[in-house]
Amino acid sequence: MELLLDSLFNGVAIGSVLLVAALGLAIVFGLMGVINLAHGELMMLGAYTTYVTQLIFKLPILKPFYNSYIIVSIFLAFIVSGVVGILLEKTIIRKLYGSPLETLLATWGVSLILQQFVRSVPLAYGTGLVISLLIGLFLPTTFPSKIKESINFKYFKFSSWIFAALTGVLTGSVISSSVSKLSRASARNVDVTAPSWMRGQVEIIGTAFPKTRLMIIVITLISVIAITLFLNQSAWGMRIRAVTQNRQMSDCLGISTEKVDIITFGIGSGLAGVAGVAVSLLGSVGPNVGGNYIVGCFMVVVLGGVGNLLGTVLASFGIGIMTDLIGAGRLLSIWPNMPLPLSNTINFFATTSMARVMIFALIVIFLQFKPTGLFPQKGRMVEN
Amino acid sequence: MSLSKIKFDKKIILSFWIILIALIIAAPTLLPVFRLNLLGRYLSLSIVALGVDLIWGYTGLLSLGQGIFFALGGYCAAMYLQITSSSEFPNNIPEFFALYGVEKLPFFWEPFKSPVFTFLAIWIIPALVAGLIGFLVFRNRIKGVYFSILTQASLLVFFNFFNGQQKLINGTNGLKTDVTQLFGQMVGSEFMQRIFFWITALLVIAAWFFAKWVVKGRFGNILIGIRDDEPRVRFTGYNPVIFKTIIFSIAGGLAGISGALYTVQSGIVSPQFMTVPFSIEMVIWVAVGGRGTLLGAILGAVFINYAKSLVSEALPASWMFIQGGLFILVVTALPEGVLGWIQGDGPRNLLQKFGLKRKIETYPSLEVKNKEGNNE
Repeated sequence: MELLLDSLFNGVAIGSVLLVAALGLAIVFGLMGVINLAHGELMMLGAYTTYVTQLIFKLPILKPFYNSYIIVSIFLAFIVSGVVGILLEKTIIRKLYGSPLETLLATWGVSLILQQFVRSVPLAYGTGLVISLLIGLFLPTTFPSKIKESINFKYFKFSSWIFAALTGVLTGSVISSSVSKLSRASARNVDVTAPSWMRGQVEIIGTAFPKTRLMIIVITLISVIAITLFLNQSAWGMRIRAVTQNRQMSDCLGISTEKVDIITFGIGSGLAGVAGVAVSLLGSVGPNVGGNYIVGCFMVVVLGGVGNLLGTVLASFGIGIMTDLIGAGRLLSIWPNMPLPLSNTINFFATTSMARVMIFALIVIFLQFKPTGLFPQKGRMVEN
Repeated sequence: MSLSKIKFDKKIILSFWIILIALIIAAPTLLPVFRLNLLGRYLSLSIVALGVDLIWGYTGLLSLGQGIFFALGGYCAAMYLQITSSSEFPNNIPEFFALYGVEKLPFFWEPFKSPVFTFLAIWIIPALVAGLIGFLVFRNRIKGVYFSILTQASLLVFFNFFNGQQKLINGTNGLKTDVTQLFGQMVGSEFMQRIFFWITALLVIAAWFFAKWVVKGRFGNILIGIRDDEPRVRFTGYNPVIFKTIIFSIAGGLAGISGALYTVQSGIVSPQFMTVPFSIEMVIWVAVGGRGTLLGAILGAVFINYAKSLVSEALPASWMFIQGGLFILVVTALPEGVLGWIQGDGPRNLLQKFGLKRKIETYPSLEVKNKEGNNE
């Protein structure tokens, strides 16, 4: 019983990281048919945001609130990754609409640039850049339409970008002068230390669970619930679902598909940032951190199918639990006296990397029976 | 007159071939061995690029997993070389086995004692693996990005497998070939490297002609049909699954040959050949050179790798930026690649943009008149 609980918990923990990472990918893929290869790098940005937030909260002014930095960083990571995602959508992905393979390649290019960016630009100035992007993108939209109409809006936009750039440079230099760790570029991995209330373990029914893992599960749970509520209860959620189902028809009925694309991509990228926070709690953060999770996310999307969050949830927990069962060799301890050839095979696959081999094989077999995932979208079209 | 027509002028083609052959024959004496070796490697990479062009440029299947077949070919060659030069080691098996306490040769190494088997295995094994993966995927009408990410996942799976199996194939360390013997000669020696260069050059040309033959005629038309409108091809009575599987395994076989040639020239095969970035790089060679143009794939592979080695020597950090920019640039601004751009109306439109007048195609008599001095 204890063993089963332990195994289940581990599986759910692995699965919840996968889920929060794949959630954004699945929504974007469902809506636009686009796979974002830079998704892992957006996660990486989220993880670095956590790191920067942590260091800033060590400054004397913010020291009393240090313990709550992780909560703040969840929101910050959402915003940072979301803004980068929106920029990505506005500049590149929109131009490639209708050619998903080209988008795949372009986003790979973006991911290379982002990786090298965190290697060769000091994090302080990176933060400054993100802040100026944030201001530049959102400042013009905050003014009431009366002002927009009275002045020539082009000049207005331009001047707000100048203001944004100045603010960015200012924040960058302030951060770099006050936090020495952020003032130099480094390709080395950094570590995020969890606040004291998140260290240690919790005992439930005689089994000890690490608190960070529980925190990740909680983060995932909140994200999934929030996204479900957003998609099902809000007006924009309804529009997103409509466009996911039938883009042309929605466009005809007056839904601004452009806006829907931007919002969805922003939310999907923001969720990648939240996943980055979760990932930063598990191990050290480096430029390649996203790459370790991204293929798992793809598998979740393939297995779960598009247009249904339940599929994504089931697929990620399924993969998580299977990874744990196979990778840690738990099947043997659950069923100790299985026949020899079978146990030999299971032993062969009882490492994390070999478990991936096995799971991929299982997924390919699964796809032979259900090629469009767990919950395929219904339709009669030849091509979608 | 567009440049594409000039391209097929017979004299130009003939002189192109003469220059090419002269260069290939002369290269080993002109270049220092280090550069020659690099050029040989890039040429061998252009064979895998041809395969990518066949499946992506002509059939519209974007595979992000060509590294699997590339590495498989490399491993086949390296296993043969390791076995034939292991007579002085304990138990007559390659040296690295002793590190892990393996005394008996694993069973799948046995056939690689034969040179004939190896020669066939280098291209048949990758082709079979590609055919199997392709068939399982295409059978279910999985395509587009689904296909791409499935190939990427299978790449990672193969990487994990080869990386983790120390006792079978030396895991993450890979198999070295430069200190092994082939027909009594050291593989890493200058003499052998020159020979390998010539073999590579010949095989690139052979692969080019082969690819040309594949895309010519009905088979090629069906491939292009699949790229442009697969359901229509299916409704016309063809089975796209067969054609896709065949072309995917052809590309796999080409990748295997390429991997074997690359391995003997770089001196090692390791799971690093199966990393995700390397396989995506192959796509960018084709994309820059010009997808759907076979020559573009070859030139793209050689020139981008050459640029990579030059830039990495000078400014190591900037290559990632350049490469990333290249990916974005080529899909947004230059979707047909450089060669496609030249063969199309690219240069003419560019000249026009700079204010130079577009040459009007008109009756020959009028053109002659213009040439004789009547300025427009």
